[in-house]
Amino acid sequence: MAFTSVEFICFLAVTVLLYYLIPKRTQWPLLLLASYIFYFLAGGWYLPFIATTTVSSYFAAVIMLRSSEKEKNYIESNRDNMSKDERKTYKAVQKKKRFRILVAALILNFGILGVLKYTGFTLSNINSLIGFFGGQDKISVPSLILPLGISFYTFQTMGYLIDVYRNTTTAEKNIFRLALFVSFFPQLVQGPISRHSELASQLYEKHTASWSVIAPGALRVCWGYFKKLVIADTLMVAIKAIVESPAEHEGMYVVYLIIMYSAEIYADFTGGIDITIGVAQMLGIRVTENFNRPFCSKSTKEYWRRWHITMGSWFSDYVFYPVSICKPMQKLSKFSRAKLGAAVGKRIPVYLATILTWFLTGLWHGAGWNFIVWGLLNCLIILVSQELQPLYDRFNNKHKALADSRGWEVFCQVRTFLLMGIIRILDCYRDVPLTFKMFGTVFYSFSSWRDLFNGSLSDLGVSLSQYAVVIVAIIIVWAVSRKTEEGALFGEKLCSRPLLFSFCAAGLIAATLIFGSYGIGYDASQFIYSQF
Amino acid sequence: MDKLIEILKEIHPDVDFETENALVDDGILDSLDIVTLITEINDRFDVSIPAEEIIPENFNSAAALYDLITRLDED
Amino acid sequence: MVKKRIISVIAVLLILILLLYLATLILMPKYMSVSKEGALISEYYTEADLGNTHQVIFVGDCEVYESFVPPVLWNEYGITSYIRGSAQQLIWQSYYLLEETFEYESPDVVVFNVLSVKYGEPQNEAYNRMTLDKMRWSKIKADAIKASMTEEENFASYIFPLLRFHSRWNELGAEDFRYMFKRDKVSHNGYLMQTSVVPKESDRVGEELMDYSLPEIGFEYLDKMKKLCEENGAELVLIKSPTNSWKFWWYDEWDRQIEAYAEKNGLDYYNFIDEEGVGLDWSRDTYDGGIHLNVYGAEKMTLYFGKILSEVYGVEDLRTDDGISGVWDKKYDDYIKAKEGSADKK
Repeated sequence: MAFTSVEFICFLAVTVLLYYLIPKRTQWPLLLLASYIFYFLAGGWYLPFIATTTVSSYFAAVIMLRSSEKEKNYIESNRDNMSKDERKTYKAVQKKKRFRILVAALILNFGILGVLKYTGFTLSNINSLIGFFGGQDKISVPSLILPLGISFYTFQTMGYLIDVYRNTTTAEKNIFRLALFVSFFPQLVQGPISRHSELASQLYEKHTASWSVIAPGALRVCWGYFKKLVIADTLMVAIKAIVESPAEHEGMYVVYLIIMYSAEIYADFTGGIDITIGVAQMLGIRVTENFNRPFCSKSTKEYWRRWHITMGSWFSDYVFYPVSICKPMQKLSKFSRAKLGAAVGKRIPVYLATILTWFLTGLWHGAGWNFIVWGLLNCLIILVSQELQPLYDRFNNKHKALADSRGWEVFCQVRTFLLMGIIRILDCYRDVPLTFKMFGTVFYSFSSWRDLFNGSLSDLGVSLSQYAVVIVAIIIVWAVSRKTEEGALFGEKLCSRPLLFSFCAAGLIAATLIFGSYGIGYDASQFIYSQF
Repeated sequence: MDKLIEILKEIHPDVDFETENALVDDGILDSLDIVTLITEINDRFDVSIPAEEIIPENFNSAAALYDLITRLDED
Repeated sequence: MVKKRIISVIAVLLILILLLYLATLILMPKYMSVSKEGALISEYYTEADLGNTHQVIFVGDCEVYESFVPPVLWNEYGITSYIRGSAQQLIWQSYYLLEETFEYESPDVVVFNVLSVKYGEPQNEAYNRMTLDKMRWSKIKADAIKASMTEEENFASYIFPLLRFHSRWNELGAEDFRYMFKRDKVSHNGYLMQTSVVPKESDRVGEELMDYSLPEIGFEYLDKMKKLCEENGAELVLIKSPTNSWKFWWYDEWDRQIEAYAEKNGLDYYNFIDEEGVGLDWSRDTYDGGIHLNVYGAEKMTLYFGKILSEVYGVEDLRTDDGISGVWDKKYDDYIKAKEGSADKK
């Protein structure tokens, strides 16, 4: 059941209606039921996997909770006859026990994710290695099912376990409540990856229907559909046409792809998240924002604080920092500082952790070399710009007027946009050598630029009038994003002016229904009398 | 506290750590600095700053950082 | 405040609904200059609303709406008739259209062309649309849609055709605005006139098939149709219109199965393909090389079949009824004028 289906809209309407009609203490069980129905409709075979994650995390968290309660009680009652060091040692022993539980649960759940998502990729790489060395007996690659949203719910749930271990959130003692946290349907398909401490308590609260809860949520849902259907799905047609026959689409088309795919993925992903957040908002639940005007970023680092925020912070909190300050790393750091000097030594842990983080980020996006290369290119850009930072600073200090000017800011924004756009086409071609080859054509296939003016662009399956609509839509999205502050996309501002609010909602609905790319699509030739 | 300021000065000699209270929010300390800082603090104060304490509130000022060190040493 | 909210929301909602309704009217294909067969289904209701009833109802695909001319049937035999035909009308669609027709009137004879028995499953979304979109809403229409949808279709798009035709905003023409609220008449009681002549040239016959057995579901619907006619006091007559093209070949193997079915169920079945009495000349009685009859062929076919209707089935000559004559003589005049007008244009 995709967000952009009539079924989902009906499902949503029924869920919201029931949610506010039934007794309030049954609201969260209803959400759990709805989430499981949603997931079941996506694929019945998915349920055992999400259930395994839920049950294993439930027990891991509860055992960790018991252990820390026991520890606290023991220390409370023996405070007087224990020295500080004894206390520390006791705590360390207990913590180690909890750590083992945590690791076991992480291995199990990331193991499931790894096997389902990466077996095929790993085996086919092994096969090419065997082939490279002249081997004949290749391993057959099984086709495994990949449950919908498994990366998202696994990450969210493992984040919860780590938080329980770190004592930054409380363990859930009711398994059904935890099941809802794992499977909350609006964010099941594409995140955001919420934190237990931010999301969970809201899920189980009693919520009352009111204009200020439902109206902004509904408007945000409309906004999401508008972005997805009018911009993203229309551009997708042209993008597909370019990617499916790369040989005919060089040079200018690659530049076109870089820009259009940026617009497409922005509209698609932020539109989807708008729907998620809007749906949750209609249920009285605030889900973390996942984007904050990413294309305003002036550097790659900033971009990753603004794009897919919850994933970035997941990796930084649970991978980057723990890895870079873990004991072996500190030892390594000390060692290398002694041998290689302070400047190099202090970089080693950070560099290693950064590379690991981006390797995993790439892998997280999909099982393929294109994703890994994409992740590592991000890493490269970030590390290089980090090293160049002193140079920038010196330049900025010398030319203060220039550095503070609007023009410089725009230059930095465009540079970041293009950089991110260029490496993002790895995701289009899904083939590393091909991507580099196609990007290369930008520098020599100049004749392709003629197609920009001779009408060849409409051969990509998007007509000129459709482009006009997309451009107007992009301008609207841009204008709205300039007007709104972080988080409060439509805010409650609009809904305090009901007439204006209603017109905006109606306009979005009408524009999406008419100009959106959905359904079978009208092809007049189908209707032309074909001898029947 | 002086020991802490000393460590901070080693990383960023040009910053007035006595008064600055948005070290992370204003982007003065980046991830490289934070990791270096933690290594130094762990070493010289004989504490162990765990990853979950890496939140802006703990690193925004020298005072906050000192509180963190004291707290970790206490319990 | 609450009141203001409710009023604004309701007011804007009403405006939105009105706008979307108008958009639907503009965006739906009009079938006025091309694909005129798409406008056939809706024309029946105009006739039914005038209170005109018919002794004979034809149901089926293009082989009925291109082969029989109701005004000629009237002029020669005094028989009133209507053709509820549409492009590639599938047998379940014929069944539901017939069921709907019985809601409006009680014909003496129902004529069904058997070509569509060969289809065991929904075929083409575009043709579904032509048959179903303009049916009036009722449980019958809903059943017809459910029986006809292809994999890619969904029911909601029949309730809100905007969901299906919205992308036509890109290619709207003057016709879409001119025919927003009204339609021109395209047929003569369901007969779609074709006056051009494209003679049959090749002697090619239909290609061999792997399997000649007609799908089970076709016979199930024939059973249902028979039952429906019995309940409504009408006689069901099965026919196969004359065609002569390898592209839409009617195989002897199929014919034998229909024949056997008719015999078993006590129905009459007429195959006109090789019926010499009709007097068809395939060098001038077809407009597309033998697939369909043109107006000259259809007139011949009508004369031949009208005789069967009045002699075998005793369909009464109503020309003595002044009320009915008034209406039908006008229909015949219109038909002749249209035929001459169309011939003049050539």
